[in-house]
Amino acid sequence: MNAVDLASSYDLIVIGGGPAGLAAASLAARAGVSTVLFDENPGVGGQIYRGITSTPVTNRLILGEDYWAGEALANEAEASGAVVVNGATVWSLDPERVVGVSIAGKARLIEARRVIIATGSQERPFPIPGWTLPGVMTAGAAQTVLKAQGLLPDGRTVMAGTGPLMWLLAAQILRAGGKIEAILDTTPRRNFLRASPHLPDFVLSPYFAKGLALLREVKAKVPVRRVSSVAAVGDGKLREVVSDRGRMPADLLLLHQGVVPNVNLALAAGTAHAWNERQLCFQPVLDDHFESSVPGIAVAGDGAGIAGGTAAAERGRIAAIAAVRALKPAAAVPDPQSVRQRLRREEMGRAFLDWLHRPADSFRQPEGDTLACRCEEVTARQVRETADMGCEGPNQMKAFLRCGMGPCQGRLCGLTITELIAAQRKTTPAEVGYYRLRPPVKPITLAELASLPISEAERKAVER
Amino acid sequence: MFKRLAEAGAAVALTVDGKPVRAVSGDTVAAALLAAGIDHCRTTPVTGAPRAPYCLMGICFDCLVTIDGVGSRQACLVPVSEGMKVETQQGKREAGR
Amino acid sequence: MRTADVVIIGGGLHGCSTALHLALRGLRPILVEKDYAGRHASGVNAGGVRQLARHIAEIPLSIASMALWENIEDLVGDDCGFSSHGTVLVAESEQELAGFRARVDDLRLKGFAHEELIDHAELKRLVPAVSDDCPGGVVSRRDGAADPFRTTQAFRRRAIERGAAVIEGVSVTGLARNGSVWRVETSDGPIEAPKVVNAAGAWADRIAAQLGEPVPLEVIAPMLMVSSRVPPFIDPVVILRGRKLSFKQLANGTVVIGGGHLAVSYRDENRTVLDWTKLATSARTVWELFPAMREATIVRAWAGIEARMPDEIPVVGPSRTSEGVFHQFGFSAHGFQLGPATGAVMAELVATGATNLPIDGLGIERFKA
Ligand SMILES: Cc1cc2nc3c(=O)[nH]c(=O)nc-3n(C[C@H](O)[C@@H](O)[C@H](O)COP(=O)(O)OP(=O)(O)OC[C@H]3O[C@@H](n4cnc5c(N)ncnc54)[C@H](O)[C@@H]3O)c2cc1C
Ligand SMILES: Cc1cc2nc3c(=O)[nH]c(=O)nc-3n(C[C@H](O)[C@H](O)[C@H](O)COP(=O)(O)OP(=O)(O)OC[C@H]3O[C@@H](n4cnc5c(N)ncnc54)[C@H](O)[C@@H]3O)c2cc1C
Ligand code: FES
Repeated sequence: MNAVDLASSYDLIVIGGGPAGLAAASLAARAGVSTVLFDENPGVGGQIYRGITSTPVTNRLILGEDYWAGEALANEAEASGAVVVNGATVWSLDPERVVGVSIAGKARLIEARRVIIATGSQERPFPIPGWTLPGVMTAGAAQTVLKAQGLLPDGRTVMAGTGPLMWLLAAQILRAGGKIEAILDTTPRRNFLRASPHLPDFVLSPYFAKGLALLREVKAKVPVRRVSSVAAVGDGKLREVVSDRGRMPADLLLLHQGVVPNVNLALAAGTAHAWNERQLCFQPVLDDHFESSVPGIAVAGDGAGIAGGTAAAERGRIAAIAAVRALKPAAAVPDPQSVRQRLRREEMGRAFLDWLHRPADSFRQPEGDTLACRCEEVTARQVRETADMGCEGPNQMKAFLRCGMGPCQGRLCGLTITELIAAQRKTTPAEVGYYRLRPPVKPITLAELASLPISEAERKAVER
Repeated sequence: MFKRLAEAGAAVALTVDGKPVRAVSGDTVAAALLAAGIDHCRTTPVTGAPRAPYCLMGICFDCLVTIDGVGSRQACLVPVSEGMKVETQQGKREAGR
Repeated sequence: MRTADVVIIGGGLHGCSTALHLALRGLRPILVEKDYAGRHASGVNAGGVRQLARHIAEIPLSIASMALWENIEDLVGDDCGFSSHGTVLVAESEQELAGFRARVDDLRLKGFAHEELIDHAELKRLVPAVSDDCPGGVVSRRDGAADPFRTTQAFRRRAIERGAAVIEGVSVTGLARNGSVWRVETSDGPIEAPKVVNAAGAWADRIAAQLGEPVPLEVIAPMLMVSSRVPPFIDPVVILRGRKLSFKQLANGTVVIGGGHLAVSYRDENRTVLDWTKLATSARTVWELFPAMREATIVRAWAGIEARMPDEIPVVGPSRTSEGVFHQFGFSAHGFQLGPATGAVMAELVATGATNLPIDGLGIERFKA
């Protein structure tokens, strides 16, 4: 679908086509609500089900049954009557629920009576020395090209980090016939102590058995070392990985230390956010129905706080039920209680996982010449010194150092800058706060912006 | 750095900095660059350091390239198409001029 | 109870500049800012330091300011990112150019020579990237641009070094006369001082209203957008009259696009909501005027909360109702350039009761019902 073919308004706009967005859009469309779903990727599925309708990886064992569970969601959305638009980048959402979207170089402003933000998560910044070198990528990046394009790491591959996703990817690479030289496990040993009170819940959760099996599968084939420092070294491209346990030559280093909500769109829409100390990230403040502080705008899925793909879908359904009830009170919707029950079961093991995989301070709060902001190439030292000089918050830091002002708009430095300021000024991230974010949440070309239909622009200009 | 598991899709011909590169339908530009073994796709405007795709999910903007004359496009979000001209970006060459 | 010689309400560039100039005169001011210095218009504006196209009543202030800008490092110990490449007002038609000519001639008669009419050839020399259809324009060659947040911070820092106190995160909630002094109520306790300066920007009408002299201040939120870094292609600041546009490339390669289209503002919440239909209008104007910019990407957009008076010139001078109180607000989207000298004039007025530089026509009495 092209930008010009879109209606000028819909009852519901869902932003993001991962499990949360797909489940929300299907449920709402089936209830008779006019629904459009925008996703900037070429296909639906989001991160967990990336490439679900097109993956060349046909051997189902490689990506595993949890991946293929996405097929049902994609089919459901397809059959639901929701308008699903891929290659559609949402760059703006305002509190009046006007959505700015670009499709194939053309922009539109589309209105909605309700909006569900389902933009998911991103990997937590992992600022180590050399993390900008070609040859260093996130584990999620390697997983994305494995799922969507069937690309497998080739050459000497090292993984470093912590968290379930790292182990999942390792297993997927091995099953596909790939090789991993070593896994540098950065999980601090003492985390287990912190996590252990939550062990009983975890044991009962769906993650327990799967997790153990994965670990066993990977450890049988790959040497795993606990490390407390990691650096990528090379000149113009990665040559070796250096840790406190030694150096090893490498062509590809895959980094991962968990995922955090992708907050840019929700923040730019003006929704309130709060610091989550357990998950070490900001997340939107939401009510029981995942409705944000801005009326008519909900945030579902991992963007609402990390809980995993299955939980994301259930959250999407709860948000969609609330939207349908507001828009079409007479429409039939599934029983929210059973949805909530499934959601609770999914969320059970989280506390244990979060505490166990909590990244060490040294991997979140870099020192010296390590880049905190990749785009503007601002070092940790500069940020720390500026904080010492009296800079109290990330917005002032932006003005002093330009960190967060490059094209990624703070996505890969936001948490680092907040945590560095908090550490340096001996206060909390909650106190320091986050970048003030504004649309465009994704850069748009001047030509795209100029392409906004004039009639629409004029009409809106008169209304305001 | 990467190899293909299976040659599933149809071949798509692109050029990267004028040199022919064979991609597969279903590739994003970034995936095609990685599969072709191209080691970096841009240099930074601040220090000129080389960068390659880092996140492949539209977050990091390190995959910025010029595609068919339009600068600073996210290679990891744009699907390849036949005859596409991709150029790596040097420093501030971001205006697509 | 805290006491001071002067309490300044508001830590924008104007409040900070007045604080510095008062301190330089040996007085002890306390500046009270509800957020942090430079949080609003002064820290987020387009940084245009222009004398061009100003209302006649503020030209003396503007010229005095320019002299301070040109030696800004001597004043505040920081170059504030100031550079001077002129401002060019581009005429988009012969008819528009004729109007500009009349204004430049009129200014000459009044003794002001900073605006200079230019033809097509000179326009193309100054701004090679501009579209060939433009017949000429006006240039003010000494104009320039500076970094707004850095500038406001520099004034704040130097004011403190020279003996001013700056209290941030504290609001002024009221003021009342107490014998010979003013008792200024704040969210962090009262402060007493014989003199008060109201430099509260878009909130200044509330202070004036408390003093029984309400003003028709309109809260506006001009919007700006900025592109990713592009190769250098334009030196001066370019502005248009007919279609709203101001356009400038910073030293780091990014291009700041503004011109007065407004966002929706909520001053009680420090919040603005951008209006993309109007930003699209700016984008179309740039698209037509600077073909080189067509494929540039817009990476950020924002708006700043600002005070606009109906006649678009500021209120600078003593209160009409309350002795010892002075107003310095309402800069109507062009007060950044005026900051350095307006602070000096205000300090002089507060300290001596009079000013050398004419500020006729800027007084609050013009709004007397
Ligand atoms: C790289 C990565 C890989 C992951 N892999 C797995 C995995 O294999 N297994 C697992 O259990 N969990 C995985 N996760 C965790 C993930 O968060 C899942 O729990 C799940 O995908 C969350 O679902 P969601 O619907 O909330 O969001 P997502 O699945 O993240 O979907 C969000 C979608 O929104 C789109 N989007 C974002 N911003 C915009 C915008 N401005 N305009 C238009 N579209 C936009 C994105 O393109 C994306 O498709 C992964 C996370 C990441 C970051
Ligand atoms: C987007 C934009 C672009 C602009 N571009 C230019 C330009 O290129 N050139 C130019 O010359 N001008 C420009 N301007 C105008 C210029 O920024 C302003 O005129 C100027 O900064 C006003 O300064 P100020 O100190 O009066 O106000 P402000 O900077 O708004 O400062 C007033 C301060 O008072 C504080 N305050 C208010 N009430 C209270 C209270 N009760 N207690 C304590 N504190 C209080 C506020 O928090 C605020 O920080 C622009 C403005 C905007 C918004
Ligand atoms: S690789 Fe990160 S945005 Fe494309």
